Amino acid sequence: MTPLLRPLIVGAGPAGIRAAEVLANAGIRPLLVDEAPLGGGQIYRQRLVADERSPRDLYGSEARKATALHETIAALPDRVDYWPQALVWNIGGNVADIAVAGHNRRTDFTHLILATGATDRVLPFAGWTTPGVFSLGGAQVALKSQGCAIGERVVFLGSGPLLYLVAWQYMKAGAKVEAVLDTAPLSAKLNLLRGLALQPGVILRGMRYAAELVARGVPVLYGVEPVRVEGDARVTAIVWQERGVEKRIACDAIGFGLGLRSETQLADLAGCRFLFDTRDRAWRPERDAAGRTSVARVYIAGDGAGIAGADAAELGGERAGLAVLEDAGLPPDPSRVRDLEQKSAALERFRSILESAFPFPDGWTDKLADDVVLCRCEEIAVGEARLAAGTMGVVEINRLKALTRIGMGRCQGRMCGTSAAEVLAASCGRSLDAVGRLRAQAPVKPLPLDLAAEEVAA
Amino acid sequence: MALLKRLARRDLPVIPFILDGVACEGRAGDTIMTAALTLTDQLRRGDFSGTPRAGFCQMGACQDCWVLAADGRRLRACTTRLEPGMDLRTRPEKRS
Repeated sequence: MTPLLRPLIVGAGPAGIRAAEVLANAGIRPLLVDEAPLGGGQIYRQRLVADERSPRDLYGSEARKATALHETIAALPDRVDYWPQALVWNIGGNVADIAVAGHNRRTDFTHLILATGATDRVLPFAGWTTPGVFSLGGAQVALKSQGCAIGERVVFLGSGPLLYLVAWQYMKAGAKVEAVLDTAPLSAKLNLLRGLALQPGVILRGMRYAAELVARGVPVLYGVEPVRVEGDARVTAIVWQERGVEKRIACDAIGFGLGLRSETQLADLAGCRFLFDTRDRAWRPERDAAGRTSVARVYIAGDGAGIAGADAAELGGERAGLAVLEDAGLPPDPSRVRDLEQKSAALERFRSILESAFPFPDGWTDKLADDVVLCRCEEIAVGEARLAAGTMGVVEINRLKALTRIGMGRCQGRMCGTSAAEVLAASCGRSLDAVGRLRAQAPVKPLPLDLAAEEVAA
Repeated sequence: MALLKRLARRDLPVIPFILDGVACEGRAGDTIMTAALTLTDQLRRGDFSGTPRAGFCQMGACQDCWVLAADGRRLRACTTRLEPGMDLRTRPEKRS
C-alpha cells in the first residue's frame, strides 16, 4: 500500500512538472503550486489564449519538448492537486503558507520539492531603470507569451546563450535588432569548441544564430562595457565602450542580462544549507545528485540551486521525484536513477563550458559612478553602499541592507543582490563569499493586505 | 508613445479597458503590461525619485511594474491578465 505522502512541489516549469508526473505515476497525489496561470515555467511559458503562431514559432528548436511538457501538465490534474496563480510565500518546518485566490492556505506537507527556477542575473549601469530597458528573459517572455517586441529598434546587451537566442528570435519575428552587444571578449567564445563533443547541436545552433544575425546586417560586437542609457522618459540610445573607445547607437529598447541567477528564497526559509559557488560567484543551496538538500525531505530540482537549463531541469525534476519515493521506502528503478544522474552530470559539465564562453564580467561594479542606481525598488545608489563600507565599516551584506535598505524593497534583492555583494566586497576589501548572502524573509514576494487567513488542510 | 510593439496576436478579440482616464482596447490574452505598454510608455513612478518606470523582468520577480487601479488596488502588470473594464492609472493624479 502507498504510504500517506503529501509532497508539495513549488513551481510548474520543466522540473516541477516532471517531479509531479513521477509521483503521480507512483500513485501519490502531490500538490503542485505555481504562480503562473498555465504551466511550463518561463522557458516554456504558455500563451494566455491561443493565437496564430505555432509551437515552432514560439519555441523554435525546443518546440517538441515544450509541447510534450504542456501535454503532461494538461493531463495531470486528475492525479495531482494543481494550484496555478498561487504563491508559496513562507515555509516553516513542514508547513507552507500559500496565497491563492485572495486567501492564505496554510498547508502541511511531508516532502518539499522546490522547482523555483531562475531569473536574469543583472548588474546596474547608468540609466538601467529607464522605461524600455528590460531583462533578456523578459524580452523573450514578451515575444513568446505576448507576441510583442520590447520596442521598435532593439539592442541586446550582456552575455550568455540567451543573448544570441533572443536577438535571433526577435529578428525572425520581424523586429528590428539594432545591435547585439556582448560584454564578453570574442576570445571567450573559443571555449565553445570544447562543448562541441558534448552538445554539438546546441553549439552549432548558437553559432548559426550569431551567423544569421551578422548575415542580416546586425552588428554583433564583443568586449562591450555599457556606459549609459540615454533618455529620461524612455530609452533613446545606448552608449558603450569597446577597447576604450566610446560608441553610441540610437534605439528605443534594450534587452539586458548576464546569464541567470537561481531563485533561492524558499530554500533559505526551509533551512537549507548554502554553499558559495566560485564559478557562478553566487551562493546556492547544497544538493546532492538526487536533488536532496541538507534538510531531510526537502529537495531542489532545476535552476533553483545552480543554473543548468531546461533539459537538466526535466531530468532533475524526475530525479527529485524518485528521491521522494526512495526516501519514503519505495525504491525506484536503479537503472533509471543512474541514467538520470549521468545525463545531469554531463549537462553540468557542459554548463561549465558555457560559463567560460559567457563569463561574468570582470570589474563591472568597480567602474560604476556613485550615482548609478543599484537598488531599483528603494532607489539607492552605488555610492551609498560604498559609503556604508567606507565610513561605517560594513563588511556583511545583511548589515548593508539594514543600514542602507539595499535589498529591502519589493524585489527582496532579486535584482540588486548580485551587485550589492560585488560592490560591498570591492569596497571593504573582502572576498565575495566573505560578505555573506542576503537572508530570505517571508513574505518572499508582496502580498495583498486583505489576504484572508484560512486554515485549510489541503 | 507606445513602448512595446505588437508583432503577433493583433487579430484576437478586443478587451476594452481604461488607461489614465481614456477608453482603450487591449487584446484577449494580454497582460496588463502588454495592454498598457502598447499604448503608453510607463506603468508607474519610482517611489522616491518619481522617475518613470515600465517594469523590467516581465516574470514576476522584480516587482517594478505594479500599476494602480482606480479602486486603489495595485496590480503586478506583467503577471495579471487584462480584464474587461479595468481602470488603470500609470501616472499620479494631479492634486487640486
